[in-house]
Amino acid sequence: MGRYFNLAVPVAIINGATICGPVEGKGPLSNYFDTVIEDNSLGQASWEKAERQLMETVSKNVLEKSNVRPEAVDIFLAGDLLNQIITSTFTARTMQIPFLGLYGACSTFAEGLAVAALLLQNQDISLCLTATSSHNSTSERQYRYPTEYGVQLPPTAQFTVTGAGATLVTNKSSASQIYITAVTIGRIVDLGIKNPYEMGAAMAPAAKDTIKTHLEKDSGGLSSYDAIYTGDLGEVGKAIVIEMLQQEDINIEHIYDDCGTMIYDLDQQNVNSGGSGCACSALVTLGLILHQLRTKQARKVLVVSTGALLSPTSYQQKETIPGIAHAICIERKEGSE
Amino acid sequence: MGKNNKVKKEYKKLSQQKSPKIPLARNVIVAFVVGGGICILGQLIGELYISLGFDPEKAGDPTVATLIFVASVLTGLGIYDKFAQFAGAGTAVPVTGFANSIVSSAMEFKSEGLVLGVGCKMFSLAGTVIVFGTVTAFFAGIIHALLG
Repeated sequence: MGRYFNLAVPVAIINGATICGPVEGKGPLSNYFDTVIEDNSLGQASWEKAERQLMETVSKNVLEKSNVRPEAVDIFLAGDLLNQIITSTFTARTMQIPFLGLYGACSTFAEGLAVAALLLQNQDISLCLTATSSHNSTSERQYRYPTEYGVQLPPTAQFTVTGAGATLVTNKSSASQIYITAVTIGRIVDLGIKNPYEMGAAMAPAAKDTIKTHLEKDSGGLSSYDAIYTGDLGEVGKAIVIEMLQQEDINIEHIYDDCGTMIYDLDQQNVNSGGSGCACSALVTLGLILHQLRTKQARKVLVVSTGALLSPTSYQQKETIPGIAHAICIERKEGSE
Repeated sequence: MGKNNKVKKEYKKLSQQKSPKIPLARNVIVAFVVGGGICILGQLIGELYISLGFDPEKAGDPTVATLIFVASVLTGLGIYDKFAQFAGAGTAVPVTGFANSIVSSAMEFKSEGLVLGVGCKMFSLAGTVIVFGTVTAFFAGIIHALLG
């Protein structure tokens, strides 16, 4: 089981900032994102530089939106998919905020916010910035083949989201109406999936484990939630999670969706099982879900970012794919306006 | 351990049941038609060179060069990989697939410099074809020599 923490000090989400690539910009959620870029390369000499620009842009934007200077931020928490989380390091070099690097693959969005929320229980600090990014072309090279290499993908494969999201959070309660009130840190679950084109199936058991833990420990239970979202399981993983939870008599289907299936139009866009990557749950949460909470379409939401913690070396050496999922419960505080 | 394996086996069953199947029959037919089509195109180009005065024995060289050139340009324009998602082995097996693997690697690793990037890594995918092609040719040569 994962470990559930009910936060004694709720952590306010001051603002989120998002940027996405051209393919995501053609998807159904594009209106919810701050910036849609026209060109995946952003005019940079390498895809890696382009991804760095994405993360730097959102990190700066979220501070500007909130009228906060970088010097006022206590800790910057960030992670991405590239070797040695280099995108995050270069962003931290630019931002010059005390930095803790994270690696949780595509679970990094929730991991960053969960770690920030736990750190902010300490009243010696008051402001944390979290960021994460992914880029379709850098991950193709990192995990698979050169971008222009012609290979036929199976229908279970997923399409890495190009984009970045940054969040500014604080333990000073008057800053916002939207709060992280509880988090569940997941444990590794590995049920033996080896094929890197079956990420959804590799991560689904971890998502199930974390959702189950969180709902059992949350005194409000399942009925207190308006929605539950997983990060990037795609159509395949989403179907597996519903089925596995049903086997344990937990029926979430009526309020459940997966960010990987929401960010693209699966019928029109050629993305197989759906989106993946760190930016997937970051974009959907900071774009759509925060909007729904602010406009009172939802009051309490669980976001479960999922990560497939494989390395290119580990799967070439025929190791199985360890999965993880971290959950953050985001609530709008009634009567706080 | 025994219980663990049982859980994994059951999970494999569940995940396969929820995963869409690879459309094998469709992929095989498309690969056959597209791969055959590329070969017909090659034959037409070869005939063209012969009609231009090339020795029929040697017309293969400029023909292959032409196909490689076309595949390389299509790779550079970002078209080849999209076509390959449709065609599968149809675009991977002919010489055009070999060209695509080299050009795409060269493009990808250009950012790591001319020597350690392009030079080292342009054969990162094609290298295996060269190694096993050479080994196979070696043994075929021995068999040929023995059988006279």
